[in-house]
Amino acid sequence: MVKKTVFVVAAILLGAFVIGAVDGAHPFGDPGAAPMDDYFLANALNDISAENIVTAIVFDYRGFDTIGEAAVLFTALTAVATLLREGRRKP
Amino acid sequence: MNPLSVVVRTVCDLFAWFMIVFGVNVLLHGYVTPGGGFQGGAIIATFIAFLLVAYGGRRVASRVNDRLFDLFEEVGLLVFFILAFLGLPVTFFFNFLAKPLAESAGGFIPGVGTVALMSVAVGLEVTGALSLIILTMHRGIRMFRGEDLEPETGHDR
Repeated sequence: MVKKTVFVVAAILLGAFVIGAVDGAHPFGDPGAAPMDDYFLANALNDISAENIVTAIVFDYRGFDTIGEAAVLFTALTAVATLLREGRRKP
Repeated sequence: MNPLSVVVRTVCDLFAWFMIVFGVNVLLHGYVTPGGGFQGGAIIATFIAFLLVAYGGRRVASRVNDRLFDLFEEVGLLVFFILAFLGLPVTFFFNFLAKPLAESAGGFIPGVGTVALMSVAVGLEVTGALSLIILTMHRGIRMFRGEDLEPETGHDR
């Protein structure tokens, strides 16, 4: 019984947090974070002399994303090599 | 995978190398023009797919060395991570080689600094990874067909 009460209270708390988070989220369809875009456009060329701002964002400002992409590719290669390696026993 | 006709093979002999040239061009100029590491690497990896289609699997598998692409993959990823970590005194991925526009003229490394170098590193990594995926999947097809693999014959040989 105590366990059930704890679970119910936890569920209500979690629901409240989720509703609050959804309510506080950025409105859908509204292009957000315009100050960041303006910062890239205004400062990328002068600060790091990036003629191509897309590449500057991909490899510098948001390089962490690019690490993720490289990791995805590496994981795909590892999976393929694991599944299809030679010397596999016949079923 | 059977080799295709002599027309396809001749065209492959003549023009396949320009794929590599174009891919390297896209990769090296990624910091100026559209493109970059991922796109250039994908273009270079098309070379292996083209060789497989034109010449058939057995001939390509006997010539191509997997360790080269292994090396590409490892060196690309390592250079990428090391360049990212070298900026660590400030932040992860700090562009420590970049110069402001006013003083960026000249020099071996372009003014964008690590952006250009990382583009090349990621290009190497993508080249190795995609080529290895193509080669390994082709080898897997051969493996699952078993020993009763028919001899590879094209239209004319």
